[in-house]
Amino acid sequence: MIAWQMIRFAVGGLAANKVRSALTMLGVLIGVASVILLLAVGNGSSVAVKESITSLGTNSLTVSSSASRGSVTAAKKLTVEDAKALASATDAPAVKSVAPVVTTSGTALYGNISYQPGQIVGTYPAYFETANQKIARGDYFSADDVLNSRKVAVLGSTTAKELFAAEDPIGKKITIGGTPFTVTGVLTTKGSTGFNDPDDVVIAPLPTVQNAFTGFGSVNQILVQATSADTTAEAQADITRILMGTHAVKDPAKVDFRISNQTSLLSARESTTKTFTVLLGAVAAISLLVGGIGITNIMLVTVTERTREIGIRKALGAPRAVILGQFLAESTLLSVIGAGLGVLAGIVGSHFSVVGIKPVVIPESVLGAFAIAVAIGLFFGSYPANRAASLRPIDALRHE
Amino acid sequence: MSGGKPPVIQIRRVTKSYGHGDAVVHALRGPLGPDGAPLGVDLDIAEGDYVAVMGSSGSGKSTLMNILGCLDVPTAGRYLLDGADVGHLDEGQLALVRNRKIGFVFQSFNLVPRTTALAQVELPLAYAGVKAGERRRRALAALTLVGLAERAGHKPNQLSGGQQQRVAVARALVTAPAMLLADEPTGNLDSRSTEEVLGIIDGLNARGRTVVVITHEDEVARHAKRVVRLVDGAIVSDVRQAPVDGPPPALAAGVVA
Ligand SMILES: Nc1ncnc2c1ncn2[C@@H]1O[C@H](COP(=O)(O)OP(=O)(O)OP(=O)(O)O)[C@@H](O)[C@H]1O
Ligand SMILES: [Mg+2]
Repeated sequence: MIAWQMIRFAVGGLAANKVRSALTMLGVLIGVASVILLLAVGNGSSVAVKESITSLGTNSLTVSSSASRGSVTAAKKLTVEDAKALASATDAPAVKSVAPVVTTSGTALYGNISYQPGQIVGTYPAYFETANQKIARGDYFSADDVLNSRKVAVLGSTTAKELFAAEDPIGKKITIGGTPFTVTGVLTTKGSTGFNDPDDVVIAPLPTVQNAFTGFGSVNQILVQATSADTTAEAQADITRILMGTHAVKDPAKVDFRISNQTSLLSARESTTKTFTVLLGAVAAISLLVGGIGITNIMLVTVTERTREIGIRKALGAPRAVILGQFLAESTLLSVIGAGLGVLAGIVGSHFSVVGIKPVVIPESVLGAFAIAVAIGLFFGSYPANRAASLRPIDALRHE
Repeated sequence: MSGGKPPVIQIRRVTKSYGHGDAVVHALRGPLGPDGAPLGVDLDIAEGDYVAVMGSSGSGKSTLMNILGCLDVPTAGRYLLDGADVGHLDEGQLALVRNRKIGFVFQSFNLVPRTTALAQVELPLAYAGVKAGERRRRALAALTLVGLAERAGHKPNQLSGGQQQRVAVARALVTAPAMLLADEPTGNLDSRSTEEVLGIIDGLNARGRTVVVITHEDEVARHAKRVVRLVDGAIVSDVRQAPVDGPPPALAAGVVA
């Protein structure tokens, strides 16, 4: 009888105070749902970062100029010659391709539409592969276009949409800073990682951009592609050696350029999202704890309110274990039902994207949150239950 | 007293007091010793006896009954139930004694709120581990005995005071306990219902159960085989009206008549 009887008494006890039971369950529900949902949001953002790592290509290296502070001589800027030295070096087998990059900004005009793209990039065709930019329509510009400084451009998908809307941009002429460019191609959409839009870009041959905007001085970056993800370290060493030569730097501690690879950049960002996830999890855990305290509170009220009833039951010969079991069953039922509904709410909620992040549910968080909620119910319910069960019958009966 | 059997209830120098120091209340004290200290109450009740406890309000009747029913523990003294010292029993054994040996009717009914009369009466059986079908059958039989079969589905707040009291009686006798302890079981009943309830109690006693009733009414006391009077926590008189072995006086009179 015992187990079945206890559950029956417990259900009866909960049903006697429906509103109160429902509100307590709501506390647990919110706790469990927020654990699942917030962890899913954190996880979702780290999944997005991971995807963007792969989309950027793990074997590309970025060389940029850095003025080594404290050095008396001004840092030598990166130049097209540096890029050529890297590209033509015969003793750098890990370097696959090299693309010098200048970036600028300006307003693009098409007909009467005016739009300022996020970035105007002047570079070599190798840039497309190194930066993992794929063409969706039309074609890349060619090495020949670079040699002849042709006024052609490839547009990122965002820029293309802003300027042309539904129109086909291929072959159309746009004007940037007074220079007319013929659109040869549109890139595939990479998707925003939340910080900036990699699709809001105009890419044109290096000399064309230098001629029209930046002048033929230094370049902002040199993008280098290693032969594979495994040879990036080797390529990095080669680049350092060659550029130290062209920049006439003897001391490796005083180099005036910086080489970074995408993987290290993005793993730094991934660790940021991990911190974010942990913070969200902590907030959620607190709300789960608050739900647990809600159970304790309600069970304490219930026990106090039903002290006389406990006395009657004990006077009729209810063993301590049965009283304990009845109240524990009540608190466990509260937490199991609350947590079950919380899991449901969390999973349903994770189908909607939150602040631009698509939540990805972590299966362990569902199990974990459920188990913790039930454990909290047992743990926090056991104090009031134990208090109820250890009352002497006459003391319980005399309770006002 | 009668037979060779030891008494079911033996109370030795039992006292019960509440509070401390000057504010102390001796609810049970017995005669005072030469130095003015309470000596405690002694009382033996034989198996099959039918005892009425009388006394004015606050004289310690309920206090005594709670100790007999293992609901309260005396401040000092020993209580032997069936020869075993109750003070030495642990929680579980006490629960078993309350469930199997004792049927208790409270002065204030003490029904479980929001619970139907039937479920109410089933409770002691449920704690005794009786199966659902059997439980129902016996609970209904007990309710029928107190004339409430058609009220089985009613909750305490749907029952009159007298009906609640009868449910409490049914609940006390449903386990067929060896001892029935009733604290003013007829306090809220009209004379007709009183006679009915007393008839049930007489019947139980006639079948060998030990009965202790607290009452204010001489009508009720007349049904008992023995009347104990309490004044200020001490027994002042102990009168036997009928032999322990025979039927209760009311039934005996009925047989004669
Ligand atoms: N928990 C308690 N704390 C303090 N005093 C108590 C307590 N319980 C009972 N008393 C006191 O003990 C005395 C005896 O009480 P008891 O309930 O036994 O009286 P009673 O004879 O049953 O009276 P009644 O006929 O009114 O029911 C009373 O004076 C009462 O005030
Ligand atoms: Mg009383």
